[in-house]
Amino acid sequence: MNIHEYQAKQLLKQYGVAVPSGEPCKTVAEAKAAAEKLFAAGHTLAVIKSQIHAGGRGKGTFTHGFKGGVKLAKSVDEAVNFAENMLGKTLVTVQTGPEGRVVQTILVAAAEKILKEFYLAVLLDRANSRPLIMASTEGGVDIEEVAAHSPEKIIKEWVDPAVGIQPFQARKIASGLGLKGDAYNGAVKLIMGVYKTWWECDASMVEINPLAVVETPAGKEAIICVDAKIGLDDNALYRHPDIQAMRDLAEESPLEIEASKFALNYIKLDGSIACLVNGAGLAMSTMDIIQHFGGMPANFLDVGGGASKDQVSAAFKIILSDPNVKAIFVNIFGGIMDCNVIATGIVEAVRETGLKLPLVVRLEGNNVAAGKATLAASGLTIISGDTMADAAKKVVASVAA
Amino acid sequence: MSILVTPQTRLLVQGITGAFGARHAQLSIDYGTQVVAGVTPGKGGQIFEHRGVKVPIFDTVAEAVRETQATASAVFVPPPFAADAILEGVDAQLDLVVAITEGIPVNDMVKVKRAMQGVSTRLIGPNCPGIVTPGEGKDSHGGCRIGIAPGYIHKRGNIGVVSRSGTLTYEAVYQLTSRGVGQSTCVGIGGDPVNGTSHLDVIQLFMADPDTHGIIMIGEIGGSAEEEAAEWIKAHGTKPVAGFIAGATAPPGRRMGHAGAIVSGGKGTAQAKFDAFRAAGIGVAATPSEMADTLLKMM
Repeated sequence: MNIHEYQAKQLLKQYGVAVPSGEPCKTVAEAKAAAEKLFAAGHTLAVIKSQIHAGGRGKGTFTHGFKGGVKLAKSVDEAVNFAENMLGKTLVTVQTGPEGRVVQTILVAAAEKILKEFYLAVLLDRANSRPLIMASTEGGVDIEEVAAHSPEKIIKEWVDPAVGIQPFQARKIASGLGLKGDAYNGAVKLIMGVYKTWWECDASMVEINPLAVVETPAGKEAIICVDAKIGLDDNALYRHPDIQAMRDLAEESPLEIEASKFALNYIKLDGSIACLVNGAGLAMSTMDIIQHFGGMPANFLDVGGGASKDQVSAAFKIILSDPNVKAIFVNIFGGIMDCNVIATGIVEAVRETGLKLPLVVRLEGNNVAAGKATLAASGLTIISGDTMADAAKKVVASVAA
Repeated sequence: MSILVTPQTRLLVQGITGAFGARHAQLSIDYGTQVVAGVTPGKGGQIFEHRGVKVPIFDTVAEAVRETQATASAVFVPPPFAADAILEGVDAQLDLVVAITEGIPVNDMVKVKRAMQGVSTRLIGPNCPGIVTPGEGKDSHGGCRIGIAPGYIHKRGNIGVVSRSGTLTYEAVYQLTSRGVGQSTCVGIGGDPVNGTSHLDVIQLFMADPDTHGIIMIGEIGGSAEEEAAEWIKAHGTKPVAGFIAGATAPPGRRMGHAGAIVSGGKGTAQAKFDAFRAAGIGVAATPSEMADTLLKMM
């Protein structure tokens, strides 16, 4: 699960991490009050940030022509103007696709004078199953570029999960970033807090980019998280009801939300051949084989190892609500699950939905003869495929015809 | 021979009284596997009975091991309690713990993996279909089936299969069996980002097993375990290996069903893994329909 920047900063703050003062606002009136508070506190600049899950907000454009999903305001009036142009409006960025996302919330925060930008992240290193802290003096830019072109500029520190992060590790990183004085001391505390946020919230990733040394209104140096991104481990959400409450359904595809109600794993794609498969690996390879034979998959759909008739029926309805779908490919290897149960589910679903599109079914495994007989006896036009390749060729041909 | 388990392996099932654990304990008994004990805390003293086979249930793994000499365990415990169940098996010094449970928090597995450093117990999984060493009987009856794989699609023979995915493993096994080619052992290592046993670990066991003559290695997007195995095969491989990687068409940044199946930051792509396979002389199946044929052509 992903959360918004303002929510990430709320979590970080709970673990003692310095973030710019500011507030999430859902109305222009709230934005005005938040901006007034910031300017009254001596800040000379406020940043107004659209809260959507996609990146590239700063360079994005709203569908009504307003440019920039992140803006700097020098006055309360300017902040109000930006809020009016963002709230309830649709922002299109490189990551949202042309349909964009509606901005429901903006973050109004102090924009302090940035002296130097850094990068900081915590993630799991899959190669050794240990938490990894990554930091770089190259902040505010794409870290993958840094990794590709100047890997020596990335500091890596692995944490032993048996003892957790040790202060010396945070000191090593802060010193590796070339920090001194107040900024150094602040960074040590901040790095410890960012790691704790990652571990205790069961995050899959915490990314601070940029992390910045700023000049405070009082003229002192401080280190703060200017931007923050947190991804959570879905498997661990059950023990974090507070974080679960941060889920924003408006950021998720309606079809994917519907699928999750039936414990179906569905991801919408752009092609025309819908797939219904049991097992994640087989579902991925079904997409791959469609493309291999010249078609394009419309979705990833794993009905799981013990799919019921109801799930098959729900799955059909979900894939049929995608208007791009021109044909359906059902690929089931019923190891333990009964192929006849699946076949009965398919027949019922086809009748219920009045399916008119070509349907290619490849059934294999437990009780497959009975399953195939059920399909044949249904009187429905179902194209049968013997192997995955045979079925894939047939479904691709049905779309091309 | 085979790797990891033989038809004589004495199996205990953790979570034998849950619906999922019970169903698959029954299927293992039907397959002829030596299911000698069950563990469900609080139900010690009860009996799990299936088709005349009486399996005693114990409160702890330690007690089950002491009373029945079980050496391997299948974990069917729900996700919040699975890490504890795995470590209980480790504490009881089992040779093998196979964690079937899907949905264990990643940090729980990070801790388990750390706690297992230097111990002799091997963990397979989690989020995996388990292990099958086929038997000699009809439909490979009499083999050792730990987990949830369909036993009957197997056939006793000399091909090793290792995979991160369940149904894709069955697909490969079925292709082999329907061509009359049997398997030494089939191992599902699981679809999570942190697992107990890697592709490389299993490949090394297969290379050292005199009864394994060829290997099918099935991977998927995410991580770099397939690349590491390919690197080792390039330097030390002595047997033909063919493989497939699922997820070439998966969109970056999305988890494809398995928690570990994700391309992030341009890493873990199917392309990189296929390239590593080719560089190591591993036969690449153009489609998942050709996994068995690709290997058989090399032998």
